[in-house]
Amino acid sequence: MNEIKTDALIIGGGAAGMAAAVEVVERGYRAILIERDESTGGVLNQCIHNGFGLHVFKKELTGPEYAHLFQKQMNQKGVEIHSNVFVLEIDRKNKKVTTMTRSGICEYSTKVLIMCTGARERPFGNLRIPGDRPAGIFTAGVAQKFVNLMNVLPGKKAFVLGSGDIGLIMARRLTLEGMKVMGVAELMPYPGGLARNIVQCLDDFDIPLYLSTSVTKVSGKNRLESITLCEFDRETREAVPFSAREVEVDTLILSVGLIPQNELVEDFVKVDSINRGLTVDNYGRTSEEWIFAAGNNVAVYDLVDFVTLEGKNAGQSASEYIKEGILPKKTVKVARGLNVGVITPLRVCTYGQPFTLFIRPGKSMKKAVVSICGGLKTFVKMAVKPAEMIDITVSSDLLENIRAKGFEEIKVDIEEVE
Amino acid sequence: MGNKKEITCIACPIGCSLHVEINGSEITVTGNRCKRGENYAFNEITNPRRTVTSNVKVVGGEFPLASVKTSDAIPKKMLFDLIESLREITLKAPVHIGDTVIKNFRDTGIDVLITREVGKK
Repeated sequence: MNEIKTDALIIGGGAAGMAAAVEVVERGYRAILIERDESTGGVLNQCIHNGFGLHVFKKELTGPEYAHLFQKQMNQKGVEIHSNVFVLEIDRKNKKVTTMTRSGICEYSTKVLIMCTGARERPFGNLRIPGDRPAGIFTAGVAQKFVNLMNVLPGKKAFVLGSGDIGLIMARRLTLEGMKVMGVAELMPYPGGLARNIVQCLDDFDIPLYLSTSVTKVSGKNRLESITLCEFDRETREAVPFSAREVEVDTLILSVGLIPQNELVEDFVKVDSINRGLTVDNYGRTSEEWIFAAGNNVAVYDLVDFVTLEGKNAGQSASEYIKEGILPKKTVKVARGLNVGVITPLRVCTYGQPFTLFIRPGKSMKKAVVSICGGLKTFVKMAVKPAEMIDITVSSDLLENIRAKGFEEIKVDIEEVE
Repeated sequence: MGNKKEITCIACPIGCSLHVEINGSEITVTGNRCKRGENYAFNEITNPRRTVTSNVKVVGGEFPLASVKTSDAIPKKMLFDLIESLREITLKAPVHIGDTVIKNFRDTGIDVLITREVGKK
């Protein structure tokens, strides 16, 4: 068995892991990044569309270009990348990680662990849609991998369930590659993806979007032959009687959400039930002192730029922990008030540095006020919606103020105003 | 008498709702938060344009495809024409980010560029 000692071990070579690893080596520590795939980059490799990097690089990049900028940095700065490595077990007491590699079992001993394992797509089996179980049903990410990396078209005639951005982008991509996309169905009365993607992915190609509509049956002997669509009441979300109709397609693409992936640590690291990801503080630290986390395994973010920033933050704090052997212990809780869904970080060290609070509002509002600690500080945001995260910068001044006033928790409320 | 139109800006993820008023050759845009919105609305009325991303085939490389993008937005009506042209192309590995695949597509002054590194197998 191979044994390797390192200062920092980063699990997952996507946007968060690459950013975290660069930060650690920049501070003079050894960082090993382990990746189960052939190469780093994660899902960025297959996201060939543009729109990435507006926050981090101040320009619009495609996914592979965005990944490449970090891959270059990792090479220049000396991040050690171990690919085709699969984690078997994490030994919390001895700070050891056991992995399976091409040359057998390898055990890593590390001072800190940074979990950057991302999210998985919600699969078909999770939707409990009645009918047959034929071939031809793919999650959007799998179809994207087929088309953009493997040069394989998943079928001839497709329907997309779910109007998240990945679903919309795949509707366009499949159309460009010669498939006929019959439509996109969304159970909610409003689209899940960005307005720009409705325009440039659906409207541009006359692909219809059916709101308050979902797939209630899939049929086909070996390959998918048809799906049944049904309308749902906007309020009660119950099926509208006699609204069912059949659409003949051989392919169903699912864009129905992402689930943070934390199987490796969820038995001993705290997970938030609403975020469905690891609970972290503003240092990116989990409930386990030596384990940090960043990216979609903490909360599912809208933009890769945000994931990069969180990865950097975790990398910086982890370096600080390697150096000092300790980070400030005292933190206060971030409490969900009105209309707050996903929110991260969930704990804050008020002696720490300024940080960004990411919040998914519970409902759509034309104009909203985000209030911290019952109005201690307020931020006005226009046109908020659950599909788009709000980012709030918590400054040193605000932190000092929270500390001075002796708040036991940081309550966050979002209220609609005229 | 003017002609009014509502369009959604696609210049960035914010997606502003733009109100466009057309008076003969005069176009006024409101609702935009930046200059890019004004340009987008103007183009959308006169000659809609889109940045296109796709793939081209690569032989002898570590991957069978290299992703590409147009250097700027091309007229929307040329979109499928461009996709057809890309289907005809096969490159030999290695290819590098920024390599030109098509120079000056249909005299638009716009190039098609590689966006993925594909090394030799």
